Amino acid sequence: MNNDTDKTMPLAEAVTRFVKTGAHISIGGFTLNRNPMAAVYEIIRQKITGLHLYAHSNGTGLDELVGAGCISRLEIAYGGNGKAAPTCIRFARAIQNNEIQFEDYSNYMMSLRFMAGAMGVPFLPTLSGLGSDMLTTWGFSESMRLSDPKIVDRKLAVVDNPFGNWGGAKKVVAVPAINPDVTIIHVQKADHMGTCRIQGLTFADVEQAKASRHVIVTCEQLVEKAVLRENPDMNQIPFIHVSAVCHVPFGGYPTAVYGHYDYDAQYLKQFAAAARDEAAFTAYQDRFIFGVDSHGQFLEQVGKDRLEAVAADPRTGYSVNMKRD
Amino acid sequence: MKISYTPKEIMTIMAAREIKNGDIVFSGTGISMLAAMAAKKINAPDSVIFFETGAMDSLLEEIPFAVADPRIMYWAAANSSLTDAFATMQNRITGDRVIAILGAAQIDPYGNLNTTCIGDYYSPDVRFSGSGGGCGVASFVPRCIAFMQHEKRKFVNKLDYLTSPGQLTGNGSREAAGLRPGGVSVVVTNLGVMRFDKDTGKMYLDQYYPGTTPEKILENTQFHMDVSQAFQAVPPTENELKILRDNCDPQRLILGPVA
Repeated sequence: MNNDTDKTMPLAEAVTRFVKTGAHISIGGFTLNRNPMAAVYEIIRQKITGLHLYAHSNGTGLDELVGAGCISRLEIAYGGNGKAAPTCIRFARAIQNNEIQFEDYSNYMMSLRFMAGAMGVPFLPTLSGLGSDMLTTWGFSESMRLSDPKIVDRKLAVVDNPFGNWGGAKKVVAVPAINPDVTIIHVQKADHMGTCRIQGLTFADVEQAKASRHVIVTCEQLVEKAVLRENPDMNQIPFIHVSAVCHVPFGGYPTAVYGHYDYDAQYLKQFAAAARDEAAFTAYQDRFIFGVDSHGQFLEQVGKDRLEAVAADPRTGYSVNMKRD
Repeated sequence: MKISYTPKEIMTIMAAREIKNGDIVFSGTGISMLAAMAAKKINAPDSVIFFETGAMDSLLEEIPFAVADPRIMYWAAANSSLTDAFATMQNRITGDRVIAILGAAQIDPYGNLNTTCIGDYYSPDVRFSGSGGGCGVASFVPRCIAFMQHEKRKFVNKLDYLTSPGQLTGNGSREAAGLRPGGVSVVVTNLGVMRFDKDTGKMYLDQYYPGTTPEKILENTQFHMDVSQAFQAVPPTENELKILRDNCDPQRLILGPVA
């Protein structure tokens, strides 16, 4: 890779190139914050299915993807979307109706799994989950695990501490590494080569990106290389990990992007209401996803007044006194 | 004059009283966040609130509605990541100072929690959000407050799924499984406050609120619980309620309608 390779491309092209049917993917953010929503809507529009999604605490993006039938298999710690949907509605339905295969982990287990993938080790140890049903109840069957080389043979393993009682633990839970085919994240700033600057919490985005074969970055601001190089301490992901850079302002909407805009509580509420009713959900998708051909058109559907309502206050980074109930 | 308060208000105050000055408080959203904020303003000014998403000691000018709400990112000591936040709790130096506040769909006599599903795991009647941070927190932290509505279907003999470990089956089984001492140590409900016997690990009734009785609490609990040590709780004081109402949630976003 040439150090000055320009990886910018339209989002539709990045999704077509890197998110194949049946791919193992992960998306960045956390519940209602910094989800790569423009990419999520593009995946749905392109009707990419059979995806295997690795999630820690996902919310808005997860429920849109599950609701659209893109996800066949899910490894997850938490599916919730804030006040609008403490449990993601389409996620819960898909499990209750046996529509997807799923496997439960804790947030820390999933974060460590990405970290193990990023580090190139087969597993990492933790004390999280000893004594819980997560160890003993496997969502993916043993035969399914054994027959698919892309899925680890065991969900988790409890192993004796090879150093005796060193560190005050006689045994640990080994959590297996994850290396997704592609991770998609939305960041505040990126340059043409893919170096990223995230403002606010990084969640597990950095580990997810570094564990992944390909990374698609969507960004609020596409900036000149020098802008990021002047303060490299503030950058989290260097370009070497990144395959595609897509400039998509409001690419995280309706989730929050710190310093730029808040989550849109009204949109999330409207989505939750639609998700509970099949006809309303189809109408919702037809209007906001299939009825538009780009994120720009989606934002036109949403309307300027909503985007103005969620605009971040420069002092706090969120929309002060926004109506949130 | 009789002071009136709502069930949510007494629950918040009872939980806030559990938080000691200097504690690092792991907070979720809703009433647990409010309890952490109330403790900081009433009895534990030097406590520090932190979130599993990685924000430490945020300035909460507005009440966050999610642990990824951008409101927790403002004026924090550090905004980091999930791996950092859970390491803070798993770390034996910092972890021992953490008190966590959790919620659940079900709790059993040993303080184990279910936030995963009701019914069969593979084909549940109701699916919930899942562990999220809960399992890690209950695995690592020495003191946890569980917030529950006191109902028979929630205080059950056996969980449909054990998401977050408490005392497992009691009598030292938690430690035998490889966990450090900890897990849920106090349960705060709309009727009273429960704790756990040091030896057996079983839940007992510690306090019942004015207006209820140990008998009524047992009627709302599927399992038998020792009530012999129970006493009537000191209701929220005028000062506690004033700070909670005026300084923590003036818009009553979480507290809801007045009594």
